[in-house]
Parts: sequence; C-alpha cells; structure tokens
Amino acid sequence: MNTPIKAKHQRLVLVLLALVALIGAALLATWALRNQASYFYVPSDMKANPPSPTRAVRLGGMVERGSMKTAADGVTVAFVVEDGKARIPVRFSGIRPELFVEGSGVVAEGHLGADGTFVADNLLAKHDEKYVPRELKDMTAAQKRKAVAETQ
Amino acid sequence: MHGFANPARFLRLARWLTPVLLLAGAVLAAASLGWGLFGAPADRLQGESVRILYIHVPAAWLGMGGWSAIAVASFTEIVWRHPLAAIAARAVALPGAFYTALCLVTGSLWGRPAWGTWWVWDGRLTSMLVLLFLYMGYIALADAADRDGGEPSRIPAVFGLVGAVNIPVIHYSVLWWNSLHQPPSITMGKSAMAPAFLWPLLIATIGFSLLFGGVVLARMRAILANAQAEARLRRKAAAA
Repeated sequence: MNTPIKAKHQRLVLVLLALVALIGAALLATWALRNQASYFYVPSDMKANPPSPTRAVRLGGMVERGSMKTAADGVTVAFVVEDGKARIPVRFSGIRPELFVEGSGVVAEGHLGADGTFVADNLLAKHDEKYVPRELKDMTAAQKRKAVAETQ
Repeated sequence: MHGFANPARFLRLARWLTPVLLLAGAVLAAASLGWGLFGAPADRLQGESVRILYIHVPAAWLGMGGWSAIAVASFTEIVWRHPLAAIAARAVALPGAFYTALCLVTGSLWGRPAWGTWWVWDGRLTSMLVLLFLYMGYIALADAADRDGGEPSRIPAVFGLVGAVNIPVIHYSVLWWNSLHQPPSITMGKSAMAPAFLWPLLIATIGFSLLFGGVVLARMRAILANAQAEARLRRKAAAA
C-alpha cells in the first residue's frame, strides 16, 4: 500500500493522462467534422464542387453591393452572393428578413440551378460581430472611422 | 487553498458573503438592465432587438463558466478529495443549467426578427443545446449517486471532466465551421462593439456573475446543512 501522498500524486498523473487522451479524441473528432459540421457552403466551395440541382443545400456569403434588383412583381429579388473569391447569382421570392441588406451576410436555402443561378426557398440574414448605434449611420465617413477606431 | 477546503471555515466565510453577493448582484443587474433597456442606443441594423444582448451574453458566458467551474471542482475532487469540491460542483449545476436555458431562449427570441428563424442547427446553437443536456445529465447523475448515502460517488466528477470537452467546442464553433451565429464581438483586448453597448454589457455581466456566485454559496450552505442534519439523525438512530 502506498502512502497517502503517493496516492494523491498517482491520481493526479492518471487524471492528467486521461485529460490528454480526451482532448486528443475531441480534436480528432472536430477535425473529422470540419466539413460536415459547416452550416452552409461559401460561393468558392460551390463553384469548385457544384451540388446536383436536385439536392437542397445552403449558400452563405456577403450580398454584393449594387447587385440587388427587385423584379416587377415586388416580391422576387435577384442578387449576387460573393466570398471575395467567387460570386453566385441568387433568385428569391418571398418575405425577406429585416437584416437582409446589401454588403451584409446572408444564408440562402435552396438549390443550385443548372444555369448556375441559385434558387432560394428561404433567406436567413447573418448578423456580423459589429454593433454600431443607429446615430453612427448618419455620420460622415471621417466621424465613423474615428468612432470605430475607439472601439478597437 | 487548503484552508477553504475546511467546511467550518467555509461556512464562516459564506455566511456573510452570500447576502453581500446576492445584494450587490441584484443592484448591478437591475441597474444595467435599466441602462440597457432605456439608456443604451438602438443598433443600426438590429434596431431595438439589440437590447436582448444584455441578458443573452451574460447568460451565455455564465452557462459556459458554470461548466468550467464544475470541471475544475471535479478535477480537485478526483485528485485531492477535497470535501467541498463535490459540494461546489453540485451547487453550480442548477444555476448553470438555468443560465444556459436563458441564453437559448433569449437567443431564439432575437433570432426570429434578426435572422428570420427561431432556430437553426448550426455549430454554435447545437453545441449550446448539448451543454444544456449535459447539465441535465449531471444533475440527474449527481442525484442518483447521492441517493444511497455514505461515501460521495466520484462518477459525477468524471462526467463533469469529460463534459468540459464541449466548452472549447462552443467557443470555437463559430470560427471552425461556417455558422449562422456571428463570431465573438469581444476578443482579447479588442471589441467590434461600440462603447455605448459595451459598458452596460460589462455591468450586466458583473451583476449576473455576482448573483450566480451568491446562489452557488447559498446552495453549498444548504447542501452542507442537509448533510449535517442527516448525520445527526443517523447518530440518533444508532444510539436508540
């Protein structure tokens, strides 16, 4: 039988070894999940591996500035989703979430048509990590830069 | 460290610290919520719904912080067999689960106007829901383990340590995987959040943390008092 001090150290070493094994297993699991656990494809993924037109997928990225056009019926919009490397045109008819604006993030649920246009059944707006008071919106560019610099 | 592992010394400290933490926490939380709801500005895109931030973010941090505390206490319990570590972990579980649920509910309420959906199965939301289930599992396991009395079981402590794997997964879920949830606004020494939002959020976080601490101390005292009462009953039964 060991003395109590030795038993304590033995437990410490055993628990630390178990933790190392546990963290290793978790890292392997998340590494294996790195593609499957993503909520959407970005345009460059979709350009590289176009999904079949019958498969429901999600496309996520930024709404390109100046690309949004509302059709004559008033509910259909066409816009371009880009990730800085590739751009994909998207068409959607229905109610748009409030945060859906040009230059902001979006996740479109639907399928990629054979002509390369993504037809969305549902739009989700993606909010970014920036929190800016409403008053800042009306500032000049220089005022804005100063205010933003203060937050960083 | 060893001094505070002594239940008698802990009780002397907790007796006056509990009401102090609860009172200070209630005052700060109420003040920050008043500030957040009526004083702080609306967001440029989210509008008024940004105000849910002052509950959602402290709740998320404390939900994750609660499990981190369970993990540290479980480690201490397994290695050093401190009598208070097992009690501390059991006391943290319920308020931790409460804050996690609060985070999920407020997030869902915010998601409907902001994203256009109550719920999505993205990495962040799913891993946070897993945390709530882990809390429920821990509470059930600790209850079952303590039911037979006698030596406290080490099984909940093992579960507390293994479950800690989920904490970094929650944190990095928005960085490793594409997710609908935004990446963190506040990282080491940097903030993408304007000071007008940051200050009430900071006060709210301190207030909710103090409340959490006060509730944990009160629950630890209750668990200790319960154990004492049971021991006394057992002694009486043995003497009779």
